[in-house]
Amino acid sequence: MSRVDQLRGSGPRKRHNARTIAALTGNPGCTRRAVLDAAGVDKPRLAETIGFPGSFGQSRFALARGNAFEAMLKADDCALLRSVLSLPEGRYEDLGEDSDDTLTARHTRTRDVLADGDAGLLDHPLLTLSVAGQTVFLEPDLIAAQRGDVLQVVEIKSFAIVDGQAESAAVSSAAVQAAVYVLALRQLLGDDRVSHDVVLVCPENFSLQPTAVVLDVRKQLSTLKRQLSRLASVSSLIDELPPSVTFDVAQPVPALLESLTAVEARYAPECLSACELSVYCRHEATGATAALGRPVRDALGGVATVDEALGLAAGTVLPTPEQTEAAALLAAAARLRNEALSA
Amino acid sequence: MSTLVALARAQAFASGKAQPIATVRHLHVSDDPLVLIPLAMAGEANAPLAAMIGTSLEKPRLLVVSQPRNRDERFAFTAALAGELLPYLESFATETEAVAVDRGRDVRYRYVDAPQVWVPNPGGVDFLRLLGRSTRFRRTDGDYPVPPAVPLLGQWLTFLASAAEMPGSALLSNTVQALGMHWTTGQSAAEDAQLGSLFAWITEGAAAAREAENGPVAGPATDPGFDNKVLAPLIAESSPELEEVLRDLLTPTWERMWRSLDLLRALPAGARVGTRWDSDRDTYSAFVEHLAEDGAPQPRRDGAVAAASRLQRLENAAARYAVQRAFDDPLVMAEHRLTGAAFAGVVTLANPDRIDDTGKRPVLRPRIMVATTEPVRVEAGTNLTSPARPSQKAKVISVAPTADGCDVLLELSGGMGRKLVAEPGSVPAVGERILLTTLSEAYRPGAAFPDPADTPWTHGGPPAAAVTSA
Repeated sequence: MSRVDQLRGSGPRKRHNARTIAALTGNPGCTRRAVLDAAGVDKPRLAETIGFPGSFGQSRFALARGNAFEAMLKADDCALLRSVLSLPEGRYEDLGEDSDDTLTARHTRTRDVLADGDAGLLDHPLLTLSVAGQTVFLEPDLIAAQRGDVLQVVEIKSFAIVDGQAESAAVSSAAVQAAVYVLALRQLLGDDRVSHDVVLVCPENFSLQPTAVVLDVRKQLSTLKRQLSRLASVSSLIDELPPSVTFDVAQPVPALLESLTAVEARYAPECLSACELSVYCRHEATGATAALGRPVRDALGGVATVDEALGLAAGTVLPTPEQTEAAALLAAAARLRNEALSA
Repeated sequence: MSTLVALARAQAFASGKAQPIATVRHLHVSDDPLVLIPLAMAGEANAPLAAMIGTSLEKPRLLVVSQPRNRDERFAFTAALAGELLPYLESFATETEAVAVDRGRDVRYRYVDAPQVWVPNPGGVDFLRLLGRSTRFRRTDGDYPVPPAVPLLGQWLTFLASAAEMPGSALLSNTVQALGMHWTTGQSAAEDAQLGSLFAWITEGAAAAREAENGPVAGPATDPGFDNKVLAPLIAESSPELEEVLRDLLTPTWERMWRSLDLLRALPAGARVGTRWDSDRDTYSAFVEHLAEDGAPQPRRDGAVAAASRLQRLENAAARYAVQRAFDDPLVMAEHRLTGAAFAGVVTLANPDRIDDTGKRPVLRPRIMVATTEPVRVEAGTNLTSPARPSQKAKVISVAPTADGCDVLLELSGGMGRKLVAEPGSVPAVGERILLTTLSEAYRPGAAFPDPADTPWTHGGPPAAAVTSA
């Protein structure tokens, strides 16, 4: 049993998808998240076991609409999808199957089908990506469209594009996910075979009528590459962890908490919407200026804790040499604030 | 975020109580506001699920769509919403007042009051904007006719949503932003976005806020857990209980919004809040006139010229709003003092009768010396203003360092009457404590934009005839 499997314990390995990889790169400085994800730990269960459940989930209404939209596009041999993408009739192959046993076989099949380069649509190809020194299988919800020599990633999303505009958060997360797919496809086929222009297919305005827009994900690709390379050191980090560290949810809670303490987290308020363990990390980070948000921390001169910042402002804490500038700023701010409030 | 606000956040965290970050109210609060809480159906593009609406705490009206994917029910809901909202919006278009324009050579009329709609959060504003977009082009004839109130509601919602983009406008306000402008909590801005938690911080403190965090949402998005466990079965069965469930969900937010209005009213209004409300009344009057005369729905997208001039108006409004808040509120001005854009000091010398006769005509140019211990980051030649005498300019002549700060020599012009002797009190006297800033309320002229028909090719050329289909 590898060290990684030991960390996870008895539970099955959580599979990666583009969403988890995109989230992984959202807070690249967080070792805890990197280790837990690299080990495939079931974070929602872990958070629940230690008494800090998060509320994550998708509304079934949203899922139903997404599925209906996708089904409509793929009906009649993808007739509607082809017309939106202005693709001629041709091959369509679905490689998807919700099963862990056939991963390797499906990946081989994906590689073979993609390698022959015939024009057409490939649904649910099974890709691999090297994350934190581990090869993970990606179960992407994408269609790869072969046009001439170039393969293009097509992502079907159910958020609406109204008058050429969509919610920016939804678009940027779709772009990062698409970048994950492009990267995985490029690792398989080579850089020049896969286009950095991805196609987003969304409902237009307030109808279910589909529209296709092209997104250039070069920027997301380079960010992703950089952040994945930083994650590469995680396996050595895992090897250095003391043998007692485990995230097996069958273990008693104090042991789990001790293990979590051994792996450092970097909490930021943004984690609350992205990471299942964030409620615990927030609890742990209580009193840190970073828990109030990065802008607050920066405005307080980068001082680490609230107590320290208030002490420097009041002049009751002696600043270290690096803190002298921050201390002067904080003291001036405190003086001005008191003056304005007492007037 | 300024260091002063960050410090207040740290203090709020340490004390467990929200801290004030304003000494006056920077927002007009109407005596007769309308509160509206929209709730959306997850997944759909702007499908309303419910709305709670009303002009008094005691009488909320709940509108519910029992089958949100049913198109007819959706438009029945919009018509019902129009039935509640339009009479309120139109009720202010009665009494007018005359305003002098063109230096008193002409007058125009504006309504003496205007509507003010409150939604819980910025998401509520976005929801109303999209609802306006989806309804204002609807036809009252043809294949899918809608009641005439529906496209009219769409125009009003579009008007309100675009007013809300204007910094300092109070026609469509949201509670989260209004509270956050006046108090800071000991949690992050991301957590403040939830009205329940923010409100609990301000009224009760940290512990209550943590508890409120898992309470009912303030919309427009519902909680996925609520969708899956409660809403889905009720909608599937077309259950009559749906209305009661939604009422229970929305009532806490409803009460918080009205109590938030009371909290805001308890603060004294800033001196320049009234003038901003005046321009809101102008905007409202102009829109009422537009509806009466032409009534064409707002275009889906602005043309190049309209977009450029709107952008400039927004930028001017943002700059003016920032200056006005600082002039109204010493606590906001303190942020500028911290960054060196303003400094306070004491007048040590004053020559109020100084005449400059080097030009064609002699002019009154008093000089004063201000001693300050604060950092001064201005150079000779800069024009400064004091919030106490906003119409007077103070030009920096020299800055001389002293043992504990510096002496700033200033030459004054304007705001002293028309004679060669200054009006009493118009020149700061020796010993007076004075604040000077580089911020200025001076009028910013608008840039000249070409006629839409002369749009240059760099900006797409003259627009084609407007297309108004939905």
